[in-house]
Amino acid sequence: MTLTDYLVPALLYVGVFFYAAGSLGLLRFQDAESRLHALTKADNVGLGFVALAAALHWGSVAAAVKIAAVWLFALMAAGATAQLMARRAKTSAERGSDE
Amino acid sequence: MTLAFDMILCLMIVGTAAAALLMRNALAAIVFFIVLGNLLGLAWLAMDAVNVAMAEIAIGAGVTGVLLILTRQRLNALGDDLVSAELPGWLRAGALLACAGFTAMVGSAVMSVPPADDLGGSIAALMPGLGIENPVTGVLLAFRAYDTLLEAFVLLGALIAVWSLAPRVAWPHAPAALALAEYEGHDVAAAFGRLLLPLALILAVYLVWAGSDLPGGAFQAGTVLAGGLIIAAIGGVISWPRADDFYLRVALVLGPAVFLIIGAAGIALGRFLFYPPGFEKAFIVAIEYGLALSIGATLALQLAGPPVAPGRKG
Amino acid sequence: MTMLLHIYPLTGVALVGLGLYGFLILRHPLRQILAVNVVGAGIFLVLGGLGRGAASTDPFPQALVITGIVVAVALTAFGAALILRVAEDERAPDDKAAAKTTDDHT
Repeated sequence: MTLTDYLVPALLYVGVFFYAAGSLGLLRFQDAESRLHALTKADNVGLGFVALAAALHWGSVAAAVKIAAVWLFALMAAGATAQLMARRAKTSAERGSDE
Repeated sequence: MTLAFDMILCLMIVGTAAAALLMRNALAAIVFFIVLGNLLGLAWLAMDAVNVAMAEIAIGAGVTGVLLILTRQRLNALGDDLVSAELPGWLRAGALLACAGFTAMVGSAVMSVPPADDLGGSIAALMPGLGIENPVTGVLLAFRAYDTLLEAFVLLGALIAVWSLAPRVAWPHAPAALALAEYEGHDVAAAFGRLLLPLALILAVYLVWAGSDLPGGAFQAGTVLAGGLIIAAIGGVISWPRADDFYLRVALVLGPAVFLIIGAAGIALGRFLFYPPGFEKAFIVAIEYGLALSIGATLALQLAGPPVAPGRKG
Repeated sequence: MTMLLHIYPLTGVALVGLGLYGFLILRHPLRQILAVNVVGAGIFLVLGGLGRGAASTDPFPQALVITGIVVAVALTAFGAALILRVAEDERAPDDKAAAKTTDDHT
């Protein structure tokens, strides 16, 4: 078994751990901003580890670059979405609605 | 090991479907539907059907989910809460029994068919003649090209049907703008839209080209393009053109028209949709690029909705 | 034992049954469209799942399923637009007077 054979599952486990941590934060935090914080940061770090594991598994530079692009896309989308949701949560709280 | 994965995935799929149907909160039901689409994409991946997985996640979960959320928002603005009277208990029990019986019947019928790759061998034997390596693209654009041609026209027809629902005073103006207000995060959405639209365009071009040999193709690429257009519209980066805009109509019709013209020209060489030998890949890729553009424009406009009268928010 | 090969088609059948039940029980049109989509997804699973061989998956039903997914979204878009139009006409009937006038020159 080479180093990669050990490293890929280990990175996958770390990634899944971060996803689980993010989901735990979603369930346990009280307000919208904290939940967004947990989801955006933890889930994307988890995705980074999973992406790293996939890149190591495939082993080619081209695949690694494409996987890195996927991770960057996901980061952009998560960042923009979290901003929009947080702003919506803030204005909803200010207006006193319960959405 | 993979059996445990399959079983857990299928349990999650059934559970998510039940939640999507039976939740009282309409937004929660729609979100569960989107999750169902993603889980179905995983199921397609587990079945080694990568093209279908991409199409299901992009179209089944993505476009359909956004469509349902937009419709719910517009219905809420009209005062419709998406709740309705509950049927009496005996009626629901009867429906449950009937559906359970139906499921058992169909289930036993499905069990009597052994899963087998019936046509994979014959298709693989015919693929070298086409010069492309993705068998699904081969089936879609060469072996069953007629179905794909009709599908392109069905998609366009659905858009025309959506447009036909505009009130007379609204025709032929543009659909309602999707742009967010300032307090809702217009600047964030605009920045994201400006960043994403050119990337979506590049990705769509790549997906069509890669779809010849790797998983991908015109439908997935067109959906990526539609997604970029929708996000740009939400950010206010682009505004919907009028329904009688010349370039819009060219973009909508280009895919089906190119497909039809190439198909009709094939009659001169033998039969409808016959590609000249040695040039199959060139024609397939040309048709796919036209289709991707038209699918992107058509899906984006279907999400935008029918035209609304100027000065109204629709 | 043979049920293991059929796990995805059987999940598809379960989705068809669930979607049918939802279509009968739910009375709001948009939720019925959602139920129809669930039925469609189930049918696609049956189609594709039955093409799963030992080593490879049949590409022919895959192409049919992709076509089906696209047609399903077209149907959903039209259905949703129809529901919206009916809701608009029901809740704002005074707009019909405005609809009789037109400011276009065609």
